[in-house]
Amino acid sequence: MRSFQQKLPEFEARGVRVVGISVDPPGISRSHAQKSGYTFPLLSDPDTKIIRRYDVLHPGAGPKSADIARPAEFLLDSNGIVRWLNLTENIAVRARPEQVLEALNQLSSAGQ
Amino acid sequence: MTMKRRWNWPIWVGFLVVVAGLFSYGFFARFPITRDFPWANFLLLGFGIALLLVGLFRAFGRPQLYRGKIFGSIFTTIAVLVLALFSYEFLYVLRQVPASTSAPRVGQKAPDFLLPDQNGKPVGLGDLLSNSKGVVLIFYRGFW
Repeated sequence: MRSFQQKLPEFEARGVRVVGISVDPPGISRSHAQKSGYTFPLLSDPDTKIIRRYDVLHPGAGPKSADIARPAEFLLDSNGIVRWLNLTENIAVRARPEQVLEALNQLSSAGQ
Repeated sequence: MTMKRRWNWPIWVGFLVVVAGLFSYGFFARFPITRDFPWANFLLLGFGIALLLVGLFRAFGRPQLYRGKIFGSIFTTIAVLVLALFSYEFLYVLRQVPASTSAPRVGQKAPDFLLPDQNGKPVGLGDLLSNSKGVVLIFYRGFW
């Protein structure tokens, strides 16, 4: 997410918003955002309702075997349709902002 | 009477390199090029073990000249265990990710949501989509 914060101006220039979603309660997200300088919203889903709805639950992977979200990235268009997604096979490997920007470039050139 | 044996430096340097290879994981994880596959850590661990083996070879081959038969063996065993655990963690544990077969696919509508942001303010998918050309949703494990 650090890399998405660094590239945030490029997303904003394209009119695309970036949000994070995790099980963290708002207080944890707030201190984390302040500490790391994140200016995009970090949404809180402690009971994993939305995380389950997106089928990105990682059961028992959190502290004390709590359910948490697995890393996953979705790019939605202005109608809320998924245009690109990344479901990593390795927890340590996340999508890079360059990949999402490249997907945006291809979408906009395909739409013209 | 034996003459004073020499310091077997590859054992010590090798072990230090192995320790550095393990504890530099957090540092190298900051850069995508060394995070997606931690080759820098594997390289350090491998180089450290190679040095340890050189030291062991000297200790057992010319024990009258070099020290380190016992602590060299202990250090090398620890180093090999470190490499084994690191490999197990990276090549197996980190890859135990659910398949997420029902996640929304390309062309499907993303499920709606309404969740509080870090200031407690509710944010809905509709809010994010209005007056925007798109939204990137990043699900992350969290910091608890």
